[in-house]
Amino acid sequence: MSVHATSHIGETFVLNLGPQHPATHGVLRIKLTMDGEYIAQAEPVLGYSHRMHEKMAENRSWHQFLPNTARMDYLHALAFNLAYVCLVERMTGIEAPERAQYIRVITTELNRIASHLVWFGAFVLDLGGFSPLLYAFDDREYILDLLENVTGSRLTYCYFRFGGVYNDIDEDFVPGVKDFIKRMRSRIPMYHSLVTKNIILVKRLKEIGPIPAEMCRKYGATGPVARGAGINFDVRKHEPYSLYSAFDFDVPVYPEGDSMARYMVRMDEILESLRIIEQAVNRLPDGSVMADKVPKSIKPPKGDCYQAVETARGSFGIRAVSDGTSTPYRMKLRSPTYSNLSLFAEASQGMLLPDALALLGSLDLVIPEIDR
Amino acid sequence: MYTYLKEICVGTWSLLVGLAITIRYFFQPVVTVQYPHQALPMPPRFRGHTELVWDEKKAGHKCIACMACQRACPSGCITILGEKGEGVKQKTTLASYKLNFTTCSLCGLCVESCPTKALDFSKEFNLAGTTKETYVYDLLKRFEEKYS
Repeated sequence: MSVHATSHIGETFVLNLGPQHPATHGVLRIKLTMDGEYIAQAEPVLGYSHRMHEKMAENRSWHQFLPNTARMDYLHALAFNLAYVCLVERMTGIEAPERAQYIRVITTELNRIASHLVWFGAFVLDLGGFSPLLYAFDDREYILDLLENVTGSRLTYCYFRFGGVYNDIDEDFVPGVKDFIKRMRSRIPMYHSLVTKNIILVKRLKEIGPIPAEMCRKYGATGPVARGAGINFDVRKHEPYSLYSAFDFDVPVYPEGDSMARYMVRMDEILESLRIIEQAVNRLPDGSVMADKVPKSIKPPKGDCYQAVETARGSFGIRAVSDGTSTPYRMKLRSPTYSNLSLFAEASQGMLLPDALALLGSLDLVIPEIDR
Repeated sequence: MYTYLKEICVGTWSLLVGLAITIRYFFQPVVTVQYPHQALPMPPRFRGHTELVWDEKKAGHKCIACMACQRACPSGCITILGEKGEGVKQKTTLASYKLNFTTCSLCGLCVESCPTKALDFSKEFNLAGTTKETYVYDLLKRFEEKYS
């Protein structure tokens, strides 16, 4: 069990964690009221990188909002791309060819692994271990090279288009992906023996930062945070979009609800993503990557539509309202980390500061996505 | 007592296993590139800032100053000036093509929207300057300098 505050002298002090603190991964500020080494109250202060993405959507065309999606979650940009593209395709009735759908799944899952690898490295770095970051970035480099060769960029991808993808994959991509799957599968056991079984990590994560399923439901937490609390929910499985219903994969669920459970969920998810990629690469059909007759100016019919996708951090949803013109009337973005962070105030009460930092790291925060 | 001792043994062993892995990797070949002394080749699809493309048939650029890229740009970083050409088949010719690279997000919508395929991405990534104006590119001037 986590240690709780026992001494109450009644004297507290305010400690600012961030917005420049290395453990807050960007510009998140947490106002902590401390009772000695214990947290009496935590208050996340958001909005340092608020760029009004929702408002920006209202004064540009449907096409022009595409690059914005990648700027929210810079670690899993392709899933955000996919959410927006799936949404507009559903509203307008455009259907992407099968090959494009397969390429979307392969690239999105590669991007998910890259995102988990960054989290893995940064999380262990928060806990004081430096070298795992270097191993993780070595593997991530393979993914970035693969994606750069196809999409032309390394981080803020803008690859998917309404009705397909920007350009077809090159001939080196499929062999490259197959090599990567083989490499990554041999690296995971190394990660487990280097990091997961390490006694220092176990002592800092096991039974630390408990987030029960009830709290996840209360705050709307999704993704690895909810799955680490025993809630079996994955949008890819339960509300399949794109081609995900065609693939055979499991949803890793750990019922413990502690930081270790969330860690294990993500490590297992890397393997599940590899399974999806392997199936997709083996079944990749030939054909065109762009639907015929995609109108140059997109004007979805009047009405509204909601599309959720599973990103590396949880369920991301876009609700768009169209008034039949070439600009969206309203675009509501539901970002997963915003909900995941909300529970931090309640979950961290009475915790030791270093334990709270482990809990914060295990939530896998991407601040531009919270602030939008 | 037994679990306490077991934890000490297993814990120490886990640290030794980790050390063995790092030592093993220490003797393996280097995975990084010594930039800037060495550099990796840029992939052909790398998206740098846009550039006007040389066309063999026209012995020049293909831009017809239709403003499609200017309209497609989400950040409004393209400013095109066209002038009425005399004695030319086309109605308008390109007078200046200004790209404000400071606000460009490299989405590529301009390249896609171009009806004559006059634009393409450059491979430049090594950009440094001391003023903002360094990054307001006059693509037509650059094109003329490159192919004159």
